[in-house]
Amino acid sequence: MNKEKKTLLKLENAGFSKNNKWLVKGVSLEVRQGEIVTLIGPNGSGKSTTAKIALGIYKEIEGKVNKFTNKIGYVPQKISIDWTLPIRVIDFMSLTEEPTEKQINIALNLTGVEHLKNKSLGNLSGGEFQRVLIARAIAKQPDILVLDEPVQGVDFKGEIALYELIKKISEKLNCGILLISHDLHVVMSATDFVVCLNGHVCCSGTPQVVAKNDEYKELFGDRASTTLSIYEHKHDHTHSPDGTIKRKQ
Amino acid sequence: MLDDFFIRALLAGIGIALVTGPIGCFIIWRRLSFFGDTLSHSALLGVTMAIFFDINIAFSVFVVSSVVAIMLLKLQKTTKLPGDALLGLLAHSSLAVGLVVIGFLSSIRFDVMGLLFGDILAVNQNDLLLIWIGGALILLILKLIWKPLFATTVNYELAEAEGMNPDKYNTIFTVLLAAIIAISIKIVGLLLITGMLIMPAAMARNVSNNPIQMVKLSIFGGLLSVLIGLFSSLEFNSASGPSIITAALLLFCFSLIKFKKIKN
Repeated sequence: MNKEKKTLLKLENAGFSKNNKWLVKGVSLEVRQGEIVTLIGPNGSGKSTTAKIALGIYKEIEGKVNKFTNKIGYVPQKISIDWTLPIRVIDFMSLTEEPTEKQINIALNLTGVEHLKNKSLGNLSGGEFQRVLIARAIAKQPDILVLDEPVQGVDFKGEIALYELIKKISEKLNCGILLISHDLHVVMSATDFVVCLNGHVCCSGTPQVVAKNDEYKELFGDRASTTLSIYEHKHDHTHSPDGTIKRKQ
Repeated sequence: MLDDFFIRALLAGIGIALVTGPIGCFIIWRRLSFFGDTLSHSALLGVTMAIFFDINIAFSVFVVSSVVAIMLLKLQKTTKLPGDALLGLLAHSSLAVGLVVIGFLSSIRFDVMGLLFGDILAVNQNDLLLIWIGGALILLILKLIWKPLFATTVNYELAEAEGMNPDKYNTIFTVLLAAIIAISIKIVGLLLITGMLIMPAAMARNVSNNPIQMVKLSIFGGLLSVLIGLFSSLEFNSASGPSIITAALLLFCFSLIKFKKIKN
């Protein structure tokens, strides 16, 4: 019997305007257990805004946001920790929740920064800090992970490893992931559902569907559609037209 | 040879230091040093209101400071003015209104120096009760809201995204700040409240590497400042409030020297 995948987060026709200008409008999407939904789009297309609508950071919005869980892990795109705060990595790990010592160690180990546990947050490099941010979000064992360009500033080797980790987490924790990424290769190979934004939803669907879409080609150039062929890989499942997964028997 | 009034002063100072320690850490972390100034300026208005309507000074100061603090939070959300401009606006307007009201009260004897610098040696039993009960309440609330407040302090959006209600805890914190100013106004006075809030915490920042440690050291520094300040004011017959702050300054300088030694 196929286990029903619970919907964790649902946006219906959501939009947000600031100073009489729509940052993003008419976004509908759904994040289910164990699924990775990726937002792509050019700069200023409303990716981060959409994430913030979903998270409830923007409150005066159009449309509807339904969250079916309160256990959320967030890795923001930009974050600055004031140096006036004396805070170590280990203090930061239990910022919004109380993960056990073991959970903290595992999370730090997974992102490869266990050795920084007792270091001051202000002394980390950009890439190290990014890894700590991801570790913090997964240590609390969330139901939904929202990752806004989580690997920025991480070295090339680490980038691939972290994306693999994200994929692994979605399976292990059975959590839904809303990912914002510029890395089309990754998006196309590791994602279950892609939403292409440009102020509104340009096109959406499985990576295969989106890659063939004309608007997608126009936004990212012809070469973008070849990303699939280069990174084509084996799936253990197929997708129905609405994006739900059918496991292969 | 310790007199009764001196014991009371000590108890009052210790009570204040226990509360200003942790609150002061948050003030430094959130870059609110000037906010404390604004609140203590508005406290002048609170004091004059108390005399005008013949109500309890601490209560009146608490109400006025809370109103000003919450007004600031609202203005920050609704106007495009930067925070420091709003702080200046509120500080000067409440100070001005306070002084205007004082003008109408010329018939009443008014100890402006006492109001500005405090008179810890004139503390009576009721003041002590207010400080210790009020202080215990502030500390209790702070302990209860520590986690969400700290998360909000580290990063507002992260706290909001992960369901920590940052707006609510920002408001509670500003009210706590108004409360500590209300209960300590008689002890260290308007001008020195922010000093007592900031200096022990600043000293603690120099020698700590995690938040809990900084809070503990900040409390310790505050207690030491009160003890040194009061005993030296007894010894040298100096003004007690400013002596406490001077002691805090010395501790701060000491923490700088020690810090460098560790580095080398």
